[in-house]
Amino acid sequence: MSPILEGQDLALRFGAVRALDDVSLSLWPGEVVAIVGESGSGKSTLLRVLAGLMEPQAGRVLYHDAEGAAQDVHALREAERRTLMRRDWGFVHQNARDGLRMGVSAGGNIGERLMAAGGRHYGNIRAAAAEWMSRVEMDPARMDEAPRNFSGGMQQRLQIARCLVTRPRLVFMDEPTGGLDVSVQARLLDLIRSLVAELGLAVLFVTHDIAAARLLAHRIVVMRHGRIVEEGLADRVLDDPRHPYTQLLVASVLAA
Amino acid sequence: MTASAHMQAPDTDPGYNFAYLDEATKRMIRRTLLKAIAIPGHQIPFGAREMPLPYGWGTGGIQVTASILGPDDTLKVIDQGADDTTNAVSIRRFFHRVAGVRTTTRTAEATIIQTRHRIPERPLTEGQVMVFQVPMPEPLFKLEPRLAETRRLHALGDYSLAQVKLYEDIARQGEGGSSYSHPVMVNHRYLMSPSPIPGFDNPKLHMSPALMLFGAGREKKIYAVPPYTSVVSLDFDDHPFRPVRAPHACAACGSTTSYLDEIVTDDRGGRMFVCSDTDHCAENQMARKAAE
Ligand SMILES: Nc1ncnc2c1ncn2[C@@H]1O[C@H](COP(=O)(O)OP(=O)(O)O)[C@@H](O)[C@H]1O
Ligand SMILES: [Mg+2]
Ligand SMILES: [Zn+2]
Repeated sequence: MSPILEGQDLALRFGAVRALDDVSLSLWPGEVVAIVGESGSGKSTLLRVLAGLMEPQAGRVLYHDAEGAAQDVHALREAERRTLMRRDWGFVHQNARDGLRMGVSAGGNIGERLMAAGGRHYGNIRAAAAEWMSRVEMDPARMDEAPRNFSGGMQQRLQIARCLVTRPRLVFMDEPTGGLDVSVQARLLDLIRSLVAELGLAVLFVTHDIAAARLLAHRIVVMRHGRIVEEGLADRVLDDPRHPYTQLLVASVLAA
Repeated sequence: MTASAHMQAPDTDPGYNFAYLDEATKRMIRRTLLKAIAIPGHQIPFGAREMPLPYGWGTGGIQVTASILGPDDTLKVIDQGADDTTNAVSIRRFFHRVAGVRTTTRTAEATIIQTRHRIPERPLTEGQVMVFQVPMPEPLFKLEPRLAETRRLHALGDYSLAQVKLYEDIARQGEGGSSYSHPVMVNHRYLMSPSPIPGFDNPKLHMSPALMLFGAGREKKIYAVPPYTSVVSLDFDDHPFRPVRAPHACAACGSTTSYLDEIVTDDRGGRMFVCSDTDHCAENQMARKAAE
């Protein structure tokens, strides 16, 4: 078996800041990997480079598609990359505004990827939107309402439904529960965990919440100053952190 | 549309070049038109000139007409469906003054028809040219305000946004939504705004023997549909596009197939429906009289 996604020797600077400093990372089919680290350590940059949203200055990203062919994500033509992103991948943003069309109804938001994939049957698109609202525990009777009518937690559910409706193989999430109330976070994490298991998704997600990483991730990658300083199975990293920085990260959570 | 430009008709105002624009400008616009015809439905930027009429009066259409007009042409100008509105009369007078061309209200006699809102009911023929005055050429404008991004979407042929808009229209209003400027796919490649014609007229663009030219003055864009080109209104399989007309007969000619305007007849809510295409209505009435 080959990894579903491989980042090889990735580098990216913003002026003097090394946001990515020679980072390599592999993700396997069906695997959930958390990227943790303090603010500014390069987590979002790594996620965006791996997801094809931002170009690295060095290194490359390989995606192994369902047929087993390796695609150099940043060397693809734009049309091919966009197709890949909408057909095989999903991206859940921390801020729902970045991931939803705020002027379009919940049903239209979920249906967009189906239409982009050539769906031209209105009834089927609505049926799929209703089904996915149910699956993310939203009321399908509200599918014609605008995103702003929904709470922050519900907007994140909507974003997730919008991504999953085309059954992607790989989902990127940047702090999907960031900024939400603690009880809302816990329920959203439970939902993500059950969907991921049910669909066998590969997930790469960024969080600075060690508890979220423990709940969802099989494996944890620890970043500091644009480098990976430690990685391993989630329980091992959290219960027996080796790098002093990881020890601090874990300890600060235990103290909280 | 033979462009032997310097020949002035006898009653032409000698203070202007033939058809108002100078020859270099007309050549530039004709080059743009050729590009537009070569890439059906694709918007081509052009160096629009100031015209002696305000924007909104069809300066884009007027520049296109000025560039293709020859002394042998016969020009018809319609606004809504009528030849006698202020806008239509001014444009017709303008071209009569600066080019001395024959003008007409008869669709059958016209070689060039400049229009704002309608395509005539009488089927167009080979050799006729429609010139549309376009206020907003970009069909994705309301969905994606960044123009650079709309250009990218056209280049990629990515029109899912327009489909989402249609989905929203149906979800909100129950039926195939926007009654004017309903977007069309031209030649299976470019999404195009047919300018503010009613959806009723969209099917007339499909495989028309006439050449369709679109000029947007303020936005400085030209696009075209060459004769016999596929033009398909965006829709859903289970909500097919349907041209809609008021379900009445014309009060003047009795037509049950033409596009109708609603006219308020008094201040007690009285109203009637008559053909929006005044030439078509007159033809029908004449035919009816002849038959009696
Ligand atoms: N677009 C940008 N322009 C300039 N600097 C940036 C940009 N994006 C991120 N950075 C910098 O790169 C570093 C890593 O940022 P980021 O990947 O957002 O970290 P994290 O997600 O871990 O908080 C930070 O120092 C940040 O200020
Ligand atoms: Mg971040
Ligand atoms: Zn009539």
